[in-house]
Amino acid sequence: MAVDNALNRDQLWRHVAVAVPYLWLLVFFLAPFAIILKISLADPIIAQPPFTPTFDEGRQLLASADNFKFLLTDKLYAITYLRSIVMASMATLLCLALGFPMAYGIARASTSTRNLLLLLVVLPFWISFLLRVYAWMGLMNNYGVINNLMMWLGLIEQPIQLMYTDFAIFVGLAYSYLPFMILPLYATLERMDLDLVEAAQDLGASRTRAFWDITWPLAKPGVIAGCLLVFIPAMGEYVIPYLLGGSESLMIGRVLWDEFFVNRDWPLASAVAIVLLLLLVVPIVLLQRYQAKNEEAAT
Amino acid sequence: MKSHSRFVISVLAFGYAFLYIPLVFVVVYSFNDSRIATIWGGFSTRWYGELFRNDQVLDAALLSLRIAFTSATIATILGTMAGLVLARFGRFRGRTLFSGMITSPMVMPEVITGLSLLLLFVTLQQLTGWPGQRGFTTITIAHTTFSMAYVAVIVQSRLLSMDESLEEAAMDLGGRPGRVVFDITLPLIAPAMIAGWLLAFTLSLDDLVIASFVSGPGSSTLPMYIFSKVKLGVSPDINALATLIIAAVSLGVLVAWIAMRRLRN
Repeated sequence: MAVDNALNRDQLWRHVAVAVPYLWLLVFFLAPFAIILKISLADPIIAQPPFTPTFDEGRQLLASADNFKFLLTDKLYAITYLRSIVMASMATLLCLALGFPMAYGIARASTSTRNLLLLLVVLPFWISFLLRVYAWMGLMNNYGVINNLMMWLGLIEQPIQLMYTDFAIFVGLAYSYLPFMILPLYATLERMDLDLVEAAQDLGASRTRAFWDITWPLAKPGVIAGCLLVFIPAMGEYVIPYLLGGSESLMIGRVLWDEFFVNRDWPLASAVAIVLLLLLVVPIVLLQRYQAKNEEAAT
Repeated sequence: MKSHSRFVISVLAFGYAFLYIPLVFVVVYSFNDSRIATIWGGFSTRWYGELFRNDQVLDAALLSLRIAFTSATIATILGTMAGLVLARFGRFRGRTLFSGMITSPMVMPEVITGLSLLLLFVTLQQLTGWPGQRGFTTITIAHTTFSMAYVAVIVQSRLLSMDESLEEAAMDLGGRPGRVVFDITLPLIAPAMIAGWLLAFTLSLDDLVIASFVSGPGSSTLPMYIFSKVKLGVSPDINALATLIIAAVSLGVLVAWIAMRRLRN
């Protein structure tokens, strides 16, 4: 009897361990997406909450695809989605250009220096994201540090407009997401067998040749994971375009926010979110595949 | 090992300068006496004094800390369960959906997570009357949902890198699976759970976008308060607040680093 009880308890424990987090995620992660979809098919009304019900009193379906039609035909939205893709891609490339040599340098440093360098990459993560973006406001102001310095050096006579431009958004994105690029790159570069590069050089390959033929292909999983880790959140970014960008440098995260909070058009905001999600499905699935691969390589 | 090329060293120097120079200037300007934040008016600590007399900041900070503590604790419990399930339970029905739901919140853009959770809370309120008010509870639930994913991944990778032989030995000696988890597995993954808790705590303290969606009138977290101020431009008391946060984080990381080195030696 006692053995039976114990076995049952073990079964019970296994079921609980699966069921509790599973239920939590079904309710608080999956169900909300069904609701977003439902509301994106509604119309905005002035009421609490501000959208039409899915069924009227006669249980007639009231859903319409008007919001999606509007998004697809209105030029402003098409341009905003496109701009977000371009800005996020450019920030990703800048992160890669800066992050790759940094990750390479860290991976090749002696063990004690390496730990310190890694710590210094991770440290900004723990400091508020918002305050790190804010720090750039003080630097890029018309009378901020950068302009003052350049005027003092005599490089310019008038302050140049840095804040509220696409350039500012671009710098802000690259600055905030650089650690996301360095960490996966470091993880693959650190595992790489250095003898391969030396062998290639011994056999007469130049440094550049050895880099493109050996290092780059081996680092590819890290490069792809890093690029996606920067690109995906940068696409939906709200804080950076709001604080550093001008009123006309729109990105889709900011448009979604404004539709929701300023125009109180919840159905349209939901439709904007769904289209953004559709654009990100491929990168997100790719990222999960590469992360699974990287994990297999690590074990 | 080859020494670094000059190119790699200069990129490293540039990269770290890029990461840290903006923070240095925030710290320097927090001691600026001038109200106009970009003009140097002499050394002063007056903004720190004003910060500590500002009840709004203190209330917001307290709310943020309460939410971070609660959500990190729940996320660590749920995330550890999820990590155990993913690493040790093998295949079961619905596993693919489960692991997908674990990793997706980490990469989902914040505006989408925030909007979808708010719409869930509004719908729930229509149907059941709960949650009557949005604030502490709803923000805590939202933060738990995305940070449990991080805890799960940390715990899972710790378990995967760990030898299963200790657990197997305990079971060979007659330990029941349930007991083995509590007596052997949990103590072994305790460091991963602590790391996960700390990460969940910081993620919660850091979040602006999701909290803005799911909070209600009257409950502002610290990032929400800061955002409402910096929208209007650079402000000296926010510089002081940022400096305090930078100091606290650096101190915490330094202590953790020294403690880790001690443990290793």
